[in-house]
Amino acid sequence: MSEQVIPLTELRERKAQPVRPNPEEAPRPDLREELFELEARGELIVHRVPEPFAEVTTKYGRTKKVPIDRLWHHKSCGQCGHIPGYTTSILWLNRQFGIDYVDPTDQTSCTGWNYYASATSNAVAQILVMCRNFAAAYETGYYPLIHCGTSYGHYKELREQLVHHKELRDQVRRVLDKLGKPLVVPEEIVHYSEWVHVMRHRIAERQVIDMHDITACVHPACHYYKIVAEDAIYDPDIYGGQRTATVTALLQALGITVADYSTWFDCCGFGFRHILVQRDFTRSFAVLRKIEVMKDEANPDMTVTHDTGCVTTLDKSQFAAKAHQRRVGVPVLADSQVAALAMGAHPFRVLQLHWHSTDWRPLLEKLGIDWQRYWAEFEEDLAAIERGEKPGLTWEDAEQPILTR
Amino acid sequence: MSVATWSPTKASGRYRDVPEDTKRQLFEEVKSDPRYPDFLYGCYECGICVSACPSARFYDFSPRVIAQALAREDVDRFYEILMEDIWNCAQCFSCVRCPRGNNPGGLVTLMREVAVRHGLEQAQQALQGYSRVIYKIMLKGNQVSPDMLQPDFFPDWGPWVREFSRNMSTWRKAIPVDTLRNVTDAAWRTDDKTLRELYTIWFETGNMEVIREVDEGLYELLVEIMEEELEAAS
Repeated sequence: MSEQVIPLTELRERKAQPVRPNPEEAPRPDLREELFELEARGELIVHRVPEPFAEVTTKYGRTKKVPIDRLWHHKSCGQCGHIPGYTTSILWLNRQFGIDYVDPTDQTSCTGWNYYASATSNAVAQILVMCRNFAAAYETGYYPLIHCGTSYGHYKELREQLVHHKELRDQVRRVLDKLGKPLVVPEEIVHYSEWVHVMRHRIAERQVIDMHDITACVHPACHYYKIVAEDAIYDPDIYGGQRTATVTALLQALGITVADYSTWFDCCGFGFRHILVQRDFTRSFAVLRKIEVMKDEANPDMTVTHDTGCVTTLDKSQFAAKAHQRRVGVPVLADSQVAALAMGAHPFRVLQLHWHSTDWRPLLEKLGIDWQRYWAEFEEDLAAIERGEKPGLTWEDAEQPILTR
Repeated sequence: MSVATWSPTKASGRYRDVPEDTKRQLFEEVKSDPRYPDFLYGCYECGICVSACPSARFYDFSPRVIAQALAREDVDRFYEILMEDIWNCAQCFSCVRCPRGNNPGGLVTLMREVAVRHGLEQAQQALQGYSRVIYKIMLKGNQVSPDMLQPDFFPDWGPWVREFSRNMSTWRKAIPVDTLRNVTDAAWRTDDKTLRELYTIWFETGNMEVIREVDEGLYELLVEIMEEELEAAS
């Protein structure tokens, strides 16, 4: 062996050391500085993070502000359309902490799912969809909190393109002028799981469901930490700062054992186009590269993730695999649902677990939650709606935690 | 194996060959996108992108070959990739861990845009069955909605879909979020003004012309509905 070769033991030792990056040595410039320069030149308005905010460390050691209050909820079409307990849990958490928020009707999705699936759009249209939503948030005075991992990643990338290409800015501004909207770009693009992350100790303080017996595997969402990677939260105390800390830090704060598995970096298999029209790929990948590996290596009680596509794919892909006697059967929840459940949210009025396909009953039973009782309550809600006695559930029906300490 | 010797022969006879000039023209269109220089810096041929790529595990697909072919401006290989490979990409962007700073997933996006703009048959095939999604996204600004969860489209999601389909109306009313409650044809309730602004974006950016290349009938339907909305408001 040549003297220049680093011995394997040393490599392992280095790998075991927490990573504490120096922002001065970041491989890419800080986009926020370029944003402020553009603002100084009158090219755009930077929407500043309002106080109160928390400061977190991102991949290259820079500081990111995460707003706590006055939030404009940029909802996710996949969550609201097919996993509504995801969104409901985020808003329920906001309400539990008395957060002032806007749940806008002046919002479209980012349309990024379609763009990544079909490419039936273009850069200028995509940036305009983003800027229209950002302008709508700015007009309310509330700060956008992005629910979808793909919207978050897509917007970060589009923001970068907008900043770096004057020709794109000029084309975008022309159409915004026509819409009567200012060109507004947020100082930070913030994912809801980052809000959950900075709130995790406050959530744990109000935890009413003991979760110490639970083992979970975390699937970090690709579009959260792979696209414009420098914006994701990293913490030397979580995985030695070598993976994103979001989700894992929350689970640990709630007393859950986070079990590692070898394919943690793999995507879920969503594929954007594949999940809709070519699911043989999606199912195969989700089962063979994620669920079975988790099952074999960690045998978790649940998988927790923080994006629309990941919950959909990992949850819905397990049914067909079961028919083929694959080793599946791991309930899939979003971090917001786990946090809400820990604080005693109703499993059906809030978490809306009946929209999930993989069996969640064993998880609730292990947590000591009498799900039959709460399902019976929810069935009464449904019956009352069907009889026309009430138009639907409201926050008044769902606000109260099922358990109090 | 280098690009020069890589010969999958997977595509023989599956698509129409075109003159070299046409391939060059398509390549130049990809290359002229302002994002192209941000997505391609060269290639070390290290294969890190391939090791992280989900599609490489299940398809004859290689983000490394895509980066190499484009960096070398090998228009024959480029055309093969355009016709055969791009729709297999999962767009997860695991490949951006490239030590050279490449974004093969982004290059695929640019190539897909060109394939769609030119109405290439392979793009139309890849998007078969997808028109109802385009209809939804263009008109409602949402990719999916509860009423798209139908047993015929999602039989592999199990009996849950059938149960949902039977109970959709009641289940949607049993959601406490104001903007979601009782909404079944979209993910949430959106203002008419917001949708008109979205339609303006589609028209002003040439996005509707892109839809025409994919599905002319759908394009005509969408234009009729959108123009009616915009005219009624003005």
